[in-house]
This record gives sequence, structure tokens and C-alpha cells, in this order.
Amino acid sequence: MSMVSYVAKRLFYSIFVLIGLSILIFTLTRIIPGDPARLALGPLAPEWAVERLREKLHLNDPLPVQYIIWLKNAIQGDLGESLVSKRPVVKDFLTYFPATLELVIFSTIIATILAILIGAVAGRYANSWFDNLARIFTYIGISVPGFVWAILLLFLFGYIWKVLPTMGQLSPGLPRPPVRTGMMSIDALLVGRWDVFIDHLKHMILPALCLSIGRIAQESRILRAGIIENLKKDYIAAAISYGIPERRIMLSYLLKPSMIPMVAVMGMDIAGSMGGSYIIETIFNWPGFGRYSLWAMLNKDLNATIASVMLMGMFFAIFNIIVDVIVAYLDPRIRVMERAT
Amino acid sequence: MRIPIEKFITPDRKDSIKRTWYKFSSNPLSIIGLISVLIVTLSAIFAPVLAPYPESWGRWVDFSQACQPPSWKHPFGTDIYGRDILSRIMFGFRYDLLMAICILAMVVPTGTFLGLIAGYYRGTWIDTVIMRITDIFLAIPSIVLALAICALLKPSLFNSMMAVSLLWWPWYSRLAYSIASSLRNEYFVLAAELIGAHPLYIIFSEILPNCLAPIFTKMTLDVGWVILIGATLSFVGLGAQEPTPALGTMVSVGAKYMPDYWWMTIFPALAIAFTILGFNLLGDGIRDALAIEEI
Amino acid sequence: MSENLLEVKDLYVNYKIYEGILKVLNGVNLTVKKKEKVGLIGESGCGKTTTMKAIMRILPDNALIPNGNIFYKGRDILKMSDDEIQKIRRENISMIFQDPTAALNPVLTVGAQLMDVIKYSTDEELTKREIRELAIKALKDVALPDPERILKNYPIMLSGGMRQRICIAMALISAKELLIADEPGTNLDVTIQDQILRLIGRLVEERGISVILISHALGAVKGLVDKVYVMYAGDIVEMAPTEKLFSDPIHPYTQALFKTVPKLTGGGIPEAIKGRIPDYINPPKGCRFAPRCIHAMPICMKEKPPLKNIEGEREVACFLYE
Repeated sequence: MSMVSYVAKRLFYSIFVLIGLSILIFTLTRIIPGDPARLALGPLAPEWAVERLREKLHLNDPLPVQYIIWLKNAIQGDLGESLVSKRPVVKDFLTYFPATLELVIFSTIIATILAILIGAVAGRYANSWFDNLARIFTYIGISVPGFVWAILLLFLFGYIWKVLPTMGQLSPGLPRPPVRTGMMSIDALLVGRWDVFIDHLKHMILPALCLSIGRIAQESRILRAGIIENLKKDYIAAAISYGIPERRIMLSYLLKPSMIPMVAVMGMDIAGSMGGSYIIETIFNWPGFGRYSLWAMLNKDLNATIASVMLMGMFFAIFNIIVDVIVAYLDPRIRVMERAT
Repeated sequence: MRIPIEKFITPDRKDSIKRTWYKFSSNPLSIIGLISVLIVTLSAIFAPVLAPYPESWGRWVDFSQACQPPSWKHPFGTDIYGRDILSRIMFGFRYDLLMAICILAMVVPTGTFLGLIAGYYRGTWIDTVIMRITDIFLAIPSIVLALAICALLKPSLFNSMMAVSLLWWPWYSRLAYSIASSLRNEYFVLAAELIGAHPLYIIFSEILPNCLAPIFTKMTLDVGWVILIGATLSFVGLGAQEPTPALGTMVSVGAKYMPDYWWMTIFPALAIAFTILGFNLLGDGIRDALAIEEI
Repeated sequence: MSENLLEVKDLYVNYKIYEGILKVLNGVNLTVKKKEKVGLIGESGCGKTTTMKAIMRILPDNALIPNGNIFYKGRDILKMSDDEIQKIRRENISMIFQDPTAALNPVLTVGAQLMDVIKYSTDEELTKREIRELAIKALKDVALPDPERILKNYPIMLSGGMRQRICIAMALISAKELLIADEPGTNLDVTIQDQILRLIGRLVEERGISVILISHALGAVKGLVDKVYVMYAGDIVEMAPTEKLFSDPIHPYTQALFKTVPKLTGGGIPEAIKGRIPDYINPPKGCRFAPRCIHAMPICMKEKPPLKNIEGEREVACFLYE
């Protein structure tokens, strides 16, 4: 029961933070120099049209009033119209978001599996050749920005060894599957087009890889540190002294407590991937929410910018809560301490 | 009567510096980091003297030299205006370093100070206000907030520095807060209060010294991150503008000419990686050398 | 005269650390017979736990054994294969660790850990039900109430005394011949420590198990063991049957040690032993206690005194008794 109340408390608190965030970003968009209405309509539009748009967007009203209007609409699900696409922002999101979700899920799967493998082996066989190699990889992986990976990987796999496609979701000539979930891989499977599925997967590899490299480096390092730390602990020596076989110790006794700090970071990293998608999707021309948001920001599309920031905030909050729940499940010490406070 | 500090036993400073250096230099990766950072820093400072074609940094054209692939004359090739890319990279280091220094110089004192105050006045409205504001800024990934703020301002190096500073200080607040609030009720703080010390004195003389090590550690790690975000922002076009040779800008401008004139974008990209990697290795090396050994 | 169950012979153990090599064990000699109860006393840091860990081969990775043998029923543990030592750990020898909180995995339930030990302690295939019943019985043996509930709990939810009993239960399952108890109950209340020690004494007596009881509290050992080894800085300095050791210690270190214990029956203020334990990286040549010994002679600084047998059942390592 305490878990439910814990989650409820966190959700409640997150709502306050999100409201604060909305005020912050709203204020920022309204105090910047430049006229969004003029920008939207272009320099050739007549003044009366610009003025009419300004009225429509309430740009002449005082700031708090504008905010209240926005908030009222937002709660009802109306996040305004995009000044660029001229469609409701919510509709734009629903169109583009699944593609990003697909990319993030794919990169998370890759990242998690590799991070666990590399981290566990490097930690268990610390200071071996594998560990040293992994360390070098870790440093490089953390240090290089996503877009640099994108450029380098594009160059390597797209041009020098032309093995992987470089742009978009699908090679020309292949039909797009009908949109059911919005995630092309699932949609392709739903209509049984195996070739479309494979081709799409090939398009996903490079962008997903760019999103995962930094995560693999960081998370494997945390896991490695956790394993090295826990190997020294008495309960491992005790388990060996009772004659429990090594394999069982590695998996149940060592991996579980060592993964806790790694899982704690994963929530932030997944949200970070969504942030990284802004750049990566733009480079790879992937029609996702990230590319849409970056385009919106560069074009001073106020409604879309605000909505994009708010959506990120929501995901961040939700992921952090989920991760905290998982960590509390894995580590009973936290549950006991929560109860005590 | 005040007891002068000098009468107390202090460890031998020279010996501990030598020991730290020994620990630092025994790790080859740290040395690589140090050398990389030195290369970058010296290139940045002495670019006008060291660069083979110092005029390349700004508006300059020599179409006879344009689009040259890497050669002995131009080790990293030339761009579409004929400017030497190696020279531009050396000048480009300036902007990244400048950004890192300015941002950290602004962010670390401010963030730490706010965090210390919030931690000292823990439980009061000061704590609540400062920490809630911190939470708001940390509610979304830094890159997104940086993009949002930068996109709303006119793109320039200065504006991107301001934007990143605005969203970076909360990390230091949080760090300082967690240390300050845990030390708040330690006896040495309470004792200082009892003898009537002014809160600012307590914060700076009693609590702050305990925070210095973690903050310094975070700072060394952050140099790499700040350069990373700065490069990302310029890549997207929100940082320094042409003809300023910021490395991120060079990558994005050069990317248009991939794959034929690959050197225009690959070398700046590698330069970015080299810089950040160097700072990260150096930071880690410093951290490890100063850390306490465990048997 | 029953044959020796365990014989540690001239054991040297070093630890490699950043500052150099810690030469901790300096030629340890120890024997335990079947059904014999042996005490091992000495200051913190003198190498008692290292010796025990060497016996069970659970020394950390930076430990080296340059010399020595550990004979268990005639065979050298240090030369055994991994499978053989695993079998011994599962069935013959086991250890109760000093800190029960650290010895229990915090993220697994007590039941999971206890049932693991049971499952791997025997070669026969047991059903889950059988294992569970054995677990409940094991907990009852160490006088823990409500075993079913304890099985479901995590270690953090239990008191220190309960955790210690659980560790004892787990050790007893995989120790049919030799139990090593490393300072049991030191972290607990004195009254609880007393209960724990009595419990261990009773259980090993009932099951006919040999025990090595380590302690730095002299009185704890007295009522429970047949003979006592005294250890200083990686050396065994004296061994004697319990009564004789406490009434008539002959090694200068043991004598000084007993003088440090405050007595309820009066007798003045206890005296601390002058000096400090040696630096293991550069230990003194010769007898390691010599720098602090009031009877030190020139030969003590040059040569290490061997452990000699005197009066049949006593041993001492001191040139005073050559």
C-alpha cells in the first residue's frame, strides 16, 4: 500500500513541477524579441492580416492572461495550432510521435542488452584486456556528441562501405504499410510484409545506434563499478563459503544489487534519448517528434515549442517515477527507509 | 584568545603534491588527457602564431585553393572558400574553451551559493523556493531546454552561452544543497551558531569547505559536457555563426558537402571528439589521483 | 590421539596494495582435531580473519600465498582443484562471518539465501518443499521464532541478533566437520552476544563439530573452548589448554594482554601495551613483538622464534623458552 501512496505523491508533485515548467517556457516564448505572427505569415503579408493573427493568438493581452488562456485550453487537450504546419499541434504529435517512440524503444533494447553484457563482463574480469578495451570504448562513447557519431557513422556505413541506408524510414520503391500504430515496423508485421519490415529495420540501425552509444558507455560503466564494488562485499565471500556455485552467485547475488544504480540512471537516459532524437532525427531525416520539434523551435513556432517542451517534461517525470518504483522493487532497503520517513 | 591556525599540525604540502602527481601520472589515460588538453589550450591561445594560415579564421577567400583534399600543404584540406581547415580548427578551439570557461565561471559560484543557502535554511521558505525552481529547470533533458531557449533568441555565441548558463546552474545547486542540508545539523555547525557566528560566515567557512571536493569533481566532468552542448548548439545553427570557426558550426556547414568533400566535416567532428575526450580523461585522472585509496 | 582434522603449516599470506606489499601472515601454525574446540585470540588486524579466509580459499584477488600448506584430513587445501574445494565448502567446512549484516545479501529474502545454501549443500535432488522444510528446521535449531515469516523477510527487516542466528544456521548446514566462527556477536549487545556464544557452543557439542572460535574479547572464549591460540601481527605466539593459558600465560605478549583487561575483582588500573602493531609493509626482522617486548634480547631482533612444543600440550614462540 505504501507503494501506491508513494507513486501518488510523486505524481502529484510532478504536476506542480510541470506547471512551473509551463510557466517558465511560456514566459520565455512571450518575452523574446521578434513578432511570431509576422514570422508565421512572412514579410509580404499585409499588416491587417498580421494584426488579426496577433489577436487570434492573444499576443496583445497581458502575459498572465495569455497563460491562463493557454492553460485552460491545454487541460482540455487543445495545445493550439502550429504556426508552421497550420494544424493542431496535438494532431501533429500524434502523427509523428510513434516514429520517435519506435526509435527510442529500439535504441533502448540495443543499449540495455549491450550495457549489461559489457558492464558485467568488464566488472567481473576487472583489469583484464576486455575491461581495458571496454574502458577505452566507454571514454570515447561518453565524450563524443551524438551528432558527431552520426556524421562518422554515416560516413563509414553510408558512403565508404555502402551497407546501410542513410535517410528516412524506407527505401524508395517499397510501399508504406497502412498506419495502424504509427510504428512502421509493427505496421509492416501486421500486414505480413516481411521485406518492408527488414528494410525498415535497416533504416533504424544507424539512428538508433547514435542514440545508444552514449548510453551504453555510461550505463556499462556504472554497472561495472557496481560489480567491482559488490564483489568485495562479505555476502559474496559468504555465499562462496557456503559452496553456492559461481554461476548462481554471479547472476542472483552479484548482478541484482549491482544493477540498481544502473537502473536508476536509465530513466534519465531514456528521456535523454528522446532529447537526443531532436538532433539525430533531423540528421537522418527520420519523421519523428524530435525532428518536428526542432523544426518548430528553429522557426519560432510558439505553440509547438511549448507543447514539445511540456511533452518532454511529462515523459521525464513519468520515466523517473517508473524507474524509482523499479529500484524500490529491486532494493528492499529503500522500501524500509521510505516507510520509516 | 584566538588560536592561530599555523600552530596546528598541517600535512606536508609538497609531499602530498608529489604523491598526487605520481598517482596521476601512473595512469596512461590521464596523461593522454593532459596532453590533449594542452594541445587544445595552446592551440587556442597561440592560434594566430601557430596556425599555418592564420587569415583563415574569418572572412577570407582564395578560390584557387578551394575544396582541396588533405595534403602536405593543407593537412586537413580547405573549405569552399579556400580557407585552411586546420587553422580554422585551431581558432575554433578558442570558442569552445571560451564557452566552457565563461559558463562554468558563471554557473559554479551562483549554483553553489544558492544550493548552500537553500541547504542551510533547510525547511524554510528559502529552501522551498530555491529547490522548486531548481526542480523546474531539471524537469527536462538539458539539451531540449538549451535548444528551446536558444531557438527563441537570436543565434550567436553569446546567446548560446547565456542559454546554457541558465540551465546549468541547477545541477550545482542540487549538489551543494544535498551536502549543505546533510551537514546542517552537524555539531560543528550548531556550535558555530551557538557562539553567535553570522550565517554567511558559517556557510562559507564551515560548510563550503566540505563541498569543494565534490564540486570540483563535478566541474572537471562538466567541462566536457559544456563543450558537448555548445558544439551541439552550434551544429544546429544556434551558436556561433559563420564566419566564426566554432567547431560545431564547421561540422554542420561541411556536412552539406558530404561525401565528396568529406574532410570539411570529418576533421572538425574529430576535433570536437578529441577535445571532449581529452577533458574527460583529464578530469577522471584528477579525480582518481585525489581520491582515497581503499585496500 | 585422534588424527588432525585441520593443520595449517607455516602459512604466509601477503596482500598487494598500492603502497606496497602487506606481509600479513608470517608463518602461521595451527591444528584442530576432530570434535575439538579451538579458540583464537588476538588484537584487531593481527591476521585472524586472513588465516580463516585462507583456509576457505575466499581471500580477495590481491592476496598472494607465497608459502605454506593447509592440510585438511591429510590433503593440502591450497593445492586442490576448484571442484574439490567447492565440495569442502558445501559440506565440510563453513564460516560465520564477523558482521552478519554484511554477510547477508540485502536484496534477497532470507528464505532465498537459506534455501540456496540447503540446495547446494548436498548432492541429492531435493524438492522445493523438502528444501523449505529443512530451512524451517534450520531456523528452529537456532532458536528463531516464527520461521515462516522470517523466510519471507529481507535481512534489513530483522534485528542484529536474528541476523546473526540466521548466519549461524546457514553455516551449520554446510559445515559437517569444521565450523569457523569469526568474532560472533561482537557487533551486538553484550547479553545477546552471550546468548549467541552459548548457542554456538551447544550446537557444535550436539553435532560433534570441531570449531575455531575467533575473538578479541578474552572472556568470551574462556568457557567454550578446549585450547586457545594467541596471535600477534601474523604470528602464532602461544598455544595452551584454556585453563592453563588463562591462569599461567608464558609468552610476554599474552601476559601483557591479560594485564590490559580490567578485572571486576579489583587489582588496579589496567596497563596498555606500549608501542603499536607493526607496519606490515616493513615488518620488523625477527620476532614481530620484540619492539614492544619488555624481555627483548638481541637475538629477538634478528631471528624469528619458531613455535616450540613445551610440556607436551603447550606451544610457545619465544626465545625466552629455548
